[in-house]
Amino acid sequence: MSDFPFLLAMIVVPAVGAAVLAALPPTRQALARQLAMAVSLLVLLLAVLATVAFDPAGDRFQLTTSVTWIADFGVSFALGVDGIALVMLLLIGVLVPVVIGASWDEQAESDGKRGPRSMRTYWAWLLLLESMMVGVFAATDVFLFYVFFEAMLIPMYFLIGSFGGPNRQYAAVKFFLYSLLGGLVMLASVIGLYVVSNSQLGQGTFAFDALRQLDIDPNVQKLLFLGFFVAFAIKAPLVPLHTWLPDAGAEAPVGSAVLLVGVLDKVGTFGFLRYCLPLFPDASRDLAPLVLVLAVIGVLYAALVAMGQSDMKRLVSYTSIAHFGFIALGIFAFSTEAATGAVLYMVNHGIATGLLFLAVGMVITRGGSRQIRDYGGLAAKAPLLAGVFLLAGLASLALPGTNSFVSEFLVLIGSFPREPVFTVLATVGIVLAALYVLLMYQRVFHGPPREVLGDAEAQPEATGGGSTAVLTAPAPARTSRVLDLSRRELAVVAPLVALVIGLGVYPQPLIDLIDPAVQATMSDVGVDPGGSAPEAPGGTD
Amino acid sequence: METLPATGLLSASWLLIALPLAGAAVLLLGGRRTDRWGHLLGTGTVVAAFALGLACTVQLAGLDERSADVDLFTFISTGNLDVGAGLLFDPLSAVFVLLITGVGALIHVYSIGYMAHDPARRRFFAYLNLFVAAMLLLVLGNSYVALYVGWEGVGLASYLLIAFWYTRPAAATAAKKAFIMNRVGDVGLALAIFLMFAQLGTTSYAGVFGEVGLLAGGTVTAMGLLLLLGACGKSGQFPLQAWLPDAMEGPTPVSALIHAATMVTAGVYLIARSAPVFDETPTARTVVLVVGAITLMIGAIVGCAYDDIKKVLAYSTVSQIGYMFLAVGLGPVGYAAGIAHLLAHGFFKAGLFLGAGSVMHAMNDQVDMRRYGGLAKKLPVTFVTFGLGYLALIGFPLLSGWWTKDAIIEAALDRGGASGWLLGGVAVLGAGLTAFYMTRLMLMTFFGRARWEEGVHPHESPPVMTAPMVVLAVGSVLAGFLLVQAFPLQAWLEPVFGEPEEAAHVVAPVTVGLVVFLVMALGIGAAWLFVGRREVPTTAPARVSPVVVAARRGLYADAVNESLFMRPGMWLTRALVWLDNRGVDGVVNGTAAALGGSSSRLGRAQTGFVRSYALGMLGGAVLVAGALVAVTTA
Repeated sequence: MSDFPFLLAMIVVPAVGAAVLAALPPTRQALARQLAMAVSLLVLLLAVLATVAFDPAGDRFQLTTSVTWIADFGVSFALGVDGIALVMLLLIGVLVPVVIGASWDEQAESDGKRGPRSMRTYWAWLLLLESMMVGVFAATDVFLFYVFFEAMLIPMYFLIGSFGGPNRQYAAVKFFLYSLLGGLVMLASVIGLYVVSNSQLGQGTFAFDALRQLDIDPNVQKLLFLGFFVAFAIKAPLVPLHTWLPDAGAEAPVGSAVLLVGVLDKVGTFGFLRYCLPLFPDASRDLAPLVLVLAVIGVLYAALVAMGQSDMKRLVSYTSIAHFGFIALGIFAFSTEAATGAVLYMVNHGIATGLLFLAVGMVITRGGSRQIRDYGGLAAKAPLLAGVFLLAGLASLALPGTNSFVSEFLVLIGSFPREPVFTVLATVGIVLAALYVLLMYQRVFHGPPREVLGDAEAQPEATGGGSTAVLTAPAPARTSRVLDLSRRELAVVAPLVALVIGLGVYPQPLIDLIDPAVQATMSDVGVDPGGSAPEAPGGTD
Repeated sequence: METLPATGLLSASWLLIALPLAGAAVLLLGGRRTDRWGHLLGTGTVVAAFALGLACTVQLAGLDERSADVDLFTFISTGNLDVGAGLLFDPLSAVFVLLITGVGALIHVYSIGYMAHDPARRRFFAYLNLFVAAMLLLVLGNSYVALYVGWEGVGLASYLLIAFWYTRPAAATAAKKAFIMNRVGDVGLALAIFLMFAQLGTTSYAGVFGEVGLLAGGTVTAMGLLLLLGACGKSGQFPLQAWLPDAMEGPTPVSALIHAATMVTAGVYLIARSAPVFDETPTARTVVLVVGAITLMIGAIVGCAYDDIKKVLAYSTVSQIGYMFLAVGLGPVGYAAGIAHLLAHGFFKAGLFLGAGSVMHAMNDQVDMRRYGGLAKKLPVTFVTFGLGYLALIGFPLLSGWWTKDAIIEAALDRGGASGWLLGGVAVLGAGLTAFYMTRLMLMTFFGRARWEEGVHPHESPPVMTAPMVVLAVGSVLAGFLLVQAFPLQAWLEPVFGEPEEAAHVVAPVTVGLVVFLVMALGIGAAWLFVGRREVPTTAPARVSPVVVAARRGLYADAVNESLFMRPGMWLTRALVWLDNRGVDGVVNGTAAALGGSSSRLGRAQTGFVRSYALGMLGGAVLVAGALVAVTTA
């Protein structure tokens, strides 16, 4: 079975699905969503089968496919995954059907300037995005990676710019410019790598495995490292390159925001691990203190700023910036435990923050506003929604028993032996996380129930500040029974709820997938995977 | 510390946790369908867990080594870190299991009556079950990570239950405050665990305790102090005590179970469990002593000033846990004494809270003791059971508190030297204050003229509520005798703490007993002088001494927290939000605009964006192609 080109199929299937959807007549919304769901479930199935076919103890890259693409420049369409990329593909496979389910009943409204829009376009962009995201994680050719890295922006640009909130244009352009700028800087480094490979191997190449063997002068390494680093530090935003994310996260439709912070941004942290560390080990070690400073500043600064937000979606976006700080800390602490924790964090954050974004979206659907101050006492009217929201929030603050605890714990305990000062500072972040989550939860769900909420008439106008979002869900009826989660909404959140708890109690299968790839990465960067913690004085038990 | 694999019933000790956890899951997921029988299921799981715990303890008593290790599954294993999900059933965890499930079962039964008219009773029982499961994990885990999972689990349950009546803003705020202040402590516990892994490569009790003696003194002291920080958060000890009185916003059975009998004593458990760590660090032990002594005084002083019956009991809990900290801070001579006081306190304080709940039940949820008075006749069962708990708490001879508190005072004096006299003196003084505030509470509640608000018709609670109160009252009377004299806890706990050395008495126990009795009598007398002899005004007198003013404000703990952390934190947050919106964003945007030539380009890009984008892509492609050609031809 391992001969089947799973990765290629996971890129082609959603791309074809997107094309078919785009070709459908705009009136066939019901057919379009069924088709989109079917395609995304097929991709999930492929991801699961690929995981079954993957042997954690086997080669570093498996399920490989390689086709020469531009022979003159040594570019090939080479795909393959290690455990790290594989778990990201699983995450994509899970999140896309959830996101499609979340937008099942939504209506796309014309904003008056560009004519009518159709949900089929929205789902088509989502599927195209899925295809590009699979590509970016599955590429083993640096040039191919770059192509997917840039191409991924297009569907996301349209998802935000065409279907987002009142400030969607501004947010989309900001997102695009930041990413494009990062991408261009990275392109310079990609070409630089090619130049070095050309001079060392006599023939230029973009193949990751060949580039990894290069022996690059430390000063050149630093320059090339910085090119990649800037692109990745914008994508998985480290302070101070983060300011595009709150705008994008707030204006993007909820489903797109889930994929934006859940998966797309992880390309940045994935890039640190896949490209920065193995390709530029000396530079990574030399510049690690700089990254660690940014990471810890991110953990504390973004948490504090999150606390001061009045817009729920912006708040969740800032919490993600804090979480990316934890991930960067785990990667640049150079220990197996911390890096495994960081990869697990990438997956868990996608699940937990995805759930939180969805829950926030369901609140907004009911109240018509993103502002925390427009809510209060919602738990009395929508207890199930309150429960899901709280669970997502608890996962966000890494409560034991939820998936995020395992990853945050691993990052911190793994970083502590090597970077005690940075770790202690980051650990303070767990108090701040409790604050921003519980403050928001209290203001929205606790207190006396507010009357506005049941009043369907008040909903469209409550957003405040110009036009409303393009995507709107039908407002729930006035009675409190209907104000709570519908069956469809329950079905949407159920898989994520199950994963939050399941991976919180029994994370080891995922760790077993990740661990060998992390150990390989650690030996690339010159860390003995077995020796990252000092020996116990009396031998380990 | 040797641990042996479990056999027989002990290998099923995971069921202790699984039963209430399953109860919570069924009640939470089952929804309204389980409304009719949810409370019965919730009570049933805890009763079953108690029966199982009892059987396990009996089996444990028959084992030579008296310890049973159960490995369940690999929780986290990567690199050098290997964390198993495993349980340790030993004498120390056994007594906690019995306390948690025993008192827990009684409080579940009581809650059937207390919450009978609450539409969300099922949710209440779900949360209570969740709490019991997490608390059992806390005391049964065989590693610090397992303890930590339970530790935060009880924090969650506490949050949910304090905020049970979440439509009341005060309850919601109190719940959040409790969680946050606990998290401050949790940072300490987490860092202690990180330090263990960094230094010893393990987080299991067996691994840590086996090798902690080989570490440098400073490292162990740091470890001990970090553990203490965690303990202070959970147990409401100075300087993290301010959340506990606010936690009284939760329903009274919650106050009895979580904020008196079990969860708040988890800090004492943590220190006692970590005895091998604290044995290596006299410095950290001294800090434990200081924290205990300061807290027992704070709790006792503030307890004298409040008029809210539950808050007086809450500060009493703070103060009594201070005694327990004092005991375990003394080291090997005090561990068993601290645990004995903890168990006895579990009985009488739970009983007192249930009694307070019964009074509130009769008084339309009034908590102001100035509106009580003369309830002894109206609530005879409550009066008698509460009275026995009162006598046990103030250390009336032969009742529970007398056995266990006097043992702590003796151990403190036996420490010798100035510190021994100081600690012993504080403990004796605290006993006097305890007698004062509790007598005041008794007098204001059950004696004197009825000062009830209009329309209040007190009536005794139903048997489903009074029966648990009676059982706990019997426990309050007997627990001390049983734990100290009949079945000495010290001997039972020997496999955990080792054989205690016979201490040379600085002061003869008889003398100590006499002095403590006299001080207690003085406290009672003072209370009678100030409260019993006079008419109690229905509003608190405004013209009082500065000491009383300070005590009424909890000795300004909230004010300090507010001015040191909350306000500056709020300003910092606001400043950073402003900076982030104007500063960081502005600078980055400005730079981008400058690089792009003019800021209007950003505006243009917004309108004709697709064109610009296509142009950008084309430019990029040309750049790539040009560069590649240049490189290959070079």
